[in-house]
Order: sequence, then structure tokens, then C-alpha cells
Amino acid sequence: MMEFLQGILGNEAGLTVWTLLKIVAIVAPMMGAVAYLTLAERKVIGYMQVRIGPNRVGYFGLLQPLADGIKLLLKEIILPTQSSKGLFLLAPVLSIGPALAAWAVVPFTDKLVLANTNASLLYIMAITSMGVYGVIIAGWAANSKYSFLGALRSAAQIVSYEIAMGFALVGVLMVSGSLNLVDIVNQQGHGVAGGSALSWNWLPLFPLFIVYLISGVAETNRAPFDVAEGESEIVAGFHVEYSGMAFAVFFLAEYANMILVAAMTSLMFLGGWLSPFPASWGVLGASGFIWMALKISLVLFCFLWFRATFPRYRYDQIMRLGWKVFIPVTLVWVFVVGVWMMSPLTLWN
Amino acid sequence: MSFPTVVFYVLSAILIFAGLRVITAKNPVHAALYLVLAFFTSAGHWLLLESEFLAISLVLVYVGAVMVLFLFVVMMLDINFEKLREGFWKNAPLAGTVGLIMVGEMVLILMSPEASLGSYKGAAPLAADASNIRELGRLIYTTYLWPFELAAVVLLVGMVAAIALTMRKRKDTKFVNPGDQVVVRRDDRVRLVKMAAVKRSEPVAEAESADQQA
Repeated sequence: MMEFLQGILGNEAGLTVWTLLKIVAIVAPMMGAVAYLTLAERKVIGYMQVRIGPNRVGYFGLLQPLADGIKLLLKEIILPTQSSKGLFLLAPVLSIGPALAAWAVVPFTDKLVLANTNASLLYIMAITSMGVYGVIIAGWAANSKYSFLGALRSAAQIVSYEIAMGFALVGVLMVSGSLNLVDIVNQQGHGVAGGSALSWNWLPLFPLFIVYLISGVAETNRAPFDVAEGESEIVAGFHVEYSGMAFAVFFLAEYANMILVAAMTSLMFLGGWLSPFPASWGVLGASGFIWMALKISLVLFCFLWFRATFPRYRYDQIMRLGWKVFIPVTLVWVFVVGVWMMSPLTLWN
Repeated sequence: MSFPTVVFYVLSAILIFAGLRVITAKNPVHAALYLVLAFFTSAGHWLLLESEFLAISLVLVYVGAVMVLFLFVVMMLDINFEKLREGFWKNAPLAGTVGLIMVGEMVLILMSPEASLGSYKGAAPLAADASNIRELGRLIYTTYLWPFELAAVVLLVGMVAAIALTMRKRKDTKFVNPGDQVVVRRDDRVRLVKMAAVKRSEPVAEAESADQQA
């Protein structure tokens, strides 16, 4: 296919077109997943609260995301008169840009990856840390007190939890000895437990796994850490002045980030595309994209479950959890893993 | 012109524009955001030089953390711009002199025959699978261990000093101990009072007319 394109268009143009096609092949299903994640959220939370959830548009409510999308597309985008116009329109772009750009290095199987770089994990951390600008600029540019409060809360929260998240990843880096996501997953495939679910990182790095999962919820501003948009306190936080498609873009970015955190959790701690069963089990033991998809769905279900279960954290409690609980826990466990790797009991050779 | 050269000039143009806007933008928040753009563009320059670790950590540390906190502070400032610009012409000669001296020093260093930048061919291209993270780690933790640790200690001292300078004991904070909150039992907070049921003596009709008047 690539050779064919290069034959028509010449070497470099062919490569560019081929890469663009691959990007479309990643982003288009992603957008579909985001749309149907909103439906899944409403359905799952509905059933958890003994309701049915959306069931009018299409069979079982299956066309609801499309209806929502069309509705938001047709609505007017209102620019507040006292706002900083350019930044106001730039903010949604800055929030969805990093959420999509991070997928460039996410592997779906050991062959299926757009850019298999040596620093892919570092790249994802750097790109996702830029997502906070969308929130901050949206809050400031709207020139509204509620959005500004939301932006301040969000900035403080994201910066705090990024540290815990980074330390949790340091543990993963230590045991796999690589920043390459493909290598990180492949390393989990062999070990004392012989490549089954017990050899994945979640077990020896359990505290880091829990810290990463919870920090991921906090990083994406999801309940119970959704103080940035606390409806009952600051109406909707940073995006209160946005309407129509500009609002929808924030929404897309939030859900794309959720899927990204779920994908990262499954790559880093749950063995990515590896099967949870030993390799000797035939079809069940074979690795493949289906396992990756199942793990991502499992983590995403947990996200929805948290939202239906927990009340919103108080702001000082969020800060305490991030700085005084998670960071010490990760530091201690990084030390423990270091000693463990140097001792004769090491699992990682 | 090869593709990397084109990219270099495009990035350089953006970088110079962003740098100029940092010092000319009227609004400090816009200035801070142009500084973010400048950092991001120079990360692109580093990528062109095949030092992806430095490029990514520039984005991670400066764009993702330092500038966020910077913006956080700048957004909350209430600055009187007129007052800020008052002393511009009074201080301009001094600032201009300092600027010119700095430019002169740079030119002297870059043009000196010892630097021999004119005949510098650029770093040899690395192999496709070379990992400069591994190389950097090896150098930092073997050859340059002491300078590296010294830099870390200097940073730590700076951090401790900043906290020590700004830490004030406040008497009026409403600090709650989470431990105390967790051990609280229902009986400490709630007292159930049993009351005998009160019988209504008046007929219902009168209460209704009172409601209507209200």
C-alpha cells in the first residue's frame, strides 16, 4: 500500500499521505469511541441509579450521540463581549489538540503503532501536561468569575496530581528499563508467573497502580475530583461561558483524555495486548488487540462507576490526598522496587 | 533547501516573533502565553538536533509545570499598566546599554576564531535506533556524577529557602485534622430526641383560612 502510494506520488509525498491515512485510521475510531462513551456513561450511571437512561433516539438509545452532536453543531457559539476573543476560541483547540496528539505513540499491538519511538512514554507525559492550558485559558479568557475559579482549581489540581502520576510511572520505568511503550508491555509478558495476568506490573507495583488510576481520574477532572466544574458551587467551572460546538470540543477532549488514561493504565500495568491466560492455552492465551480493547473498557467502566458512587471531594482534601498521601506512597514504593530489583528475589531479569 | 532547513527557518521565525511579543504584549497573560509558545518552538529546534530527551523534558518541565504556575500567578495580578510604563524613557538608556553589551559579548564569543563556528559541520547524525536518554543517563551517573549531584543540592537548597522565607504560622486557619475526622462516630455528633406526639386541638378549617391570609 505504501509502495503503491510512493509509486504514484513520489517517495516523500507518498510517505506523508500514507502517514496521514494512518492518523485518520486512529482518530476516526477514537471519535466514534468518544461519542459512544458518552452514551455508555449515561446508560451505565442510569442503571446504577435504577433508571433506564436515554432510550428514545434509535433502538436502545443507540443514535443518541449522533443526535447530541447534531444539536451542538447547530447551536450558536456565543462570544462574551468582555472576553479576550482570540484566546476564548483558542482554548477548546488547545484542550483537544494534546488529547489527540498523544495517540501518535500509543501502541495497539506490538506491530500496530503510528510512531514507535524510544521516548514514547515521556512524549505522552509532556503532551498531556499541555492539556491544562485549554482549561486555564478558557477560564481566564471568558472574563467570568465562575470560569476563573474553575480554571484556578483545575490548574492547581492537575499540577499536583501530575507529580504523583510521574512518580508512579518511574516505578514502571525501573522494572522495564525502557521508555518505549512496546518494550514496557513486552517486558510484562515474561516473568516468574509465565506471561499470565500474574506477571503484569499491577501485582508487584500494586501501590503505584492504584495511585496511577486515581491520579488519572483526577487528571481528567472526572468525579469525584471534578471540582473544576463543580456544578453546585461554580455552576460549570471553566467552560460556563461556552456554547455550541466550542463547548462540545471541551467535552470531546475530556472523554478522549479518559480513553487515553485508560489505555495508558492498561499498557503500563495491565499488560496491554497480552492475554491474561498462560500462552499454552491456545486461542485464549494468544495476545491481540481484543485484550487491549477489553482492558481499556474495564478501566473506563471503573471511571463511570466512580462517578456514580463517590461524592465530590472537598478541595482541601484533594490537595491533601495528592501531596501528603500519594507522593509519599509512590516515593516509598519506588525505593522498595529499587531494593527489590537489586536483591536476589528480583522478578525482573 | 532541504526539508530540515525549511523547518528550522519556520521555527526560528515563530520563535523570534514569540520572543518579541513576550516583551511587547500589553497584557501580562498574553506575554506569558507567548513565552509558552517560545518554549514549545525551541523544543522543536532541539528535536531537529536529534536530542529528543531535552526537547520533551523542556515541554514537560517548562511548558507543563513552570509556566502553568507562572500563568496561575500572573492571571491573579491586578496590574496598572499605565503606572508600569511610566519610567520607560527614564530607564531606557541604562537598559539599552546593558542590552548592547550583552549583544557585543555574544558576537565576540560566536565570531572568535577559537570557537571556529564557521567551520563547524554539526554533530554527526545518530543511528536510527540510538537512544540519547540512555547515553545521557550513563554520562550523568558516571562521568558527571558530582556536578549533577551538586546541581541537585543547589536546587534543594533553593527550594528549602523559598519555603522557609514564605512560611508564616497563621493563627486563624481553620485547619482540620483528617485523623480526627475519620475517628468520629455518629454518637459524637447526633443526639436523637424522643418527643411525644403533639395532638392538634384546633379544627382544620381555621388553619386553612390562616394559610389563605398569609
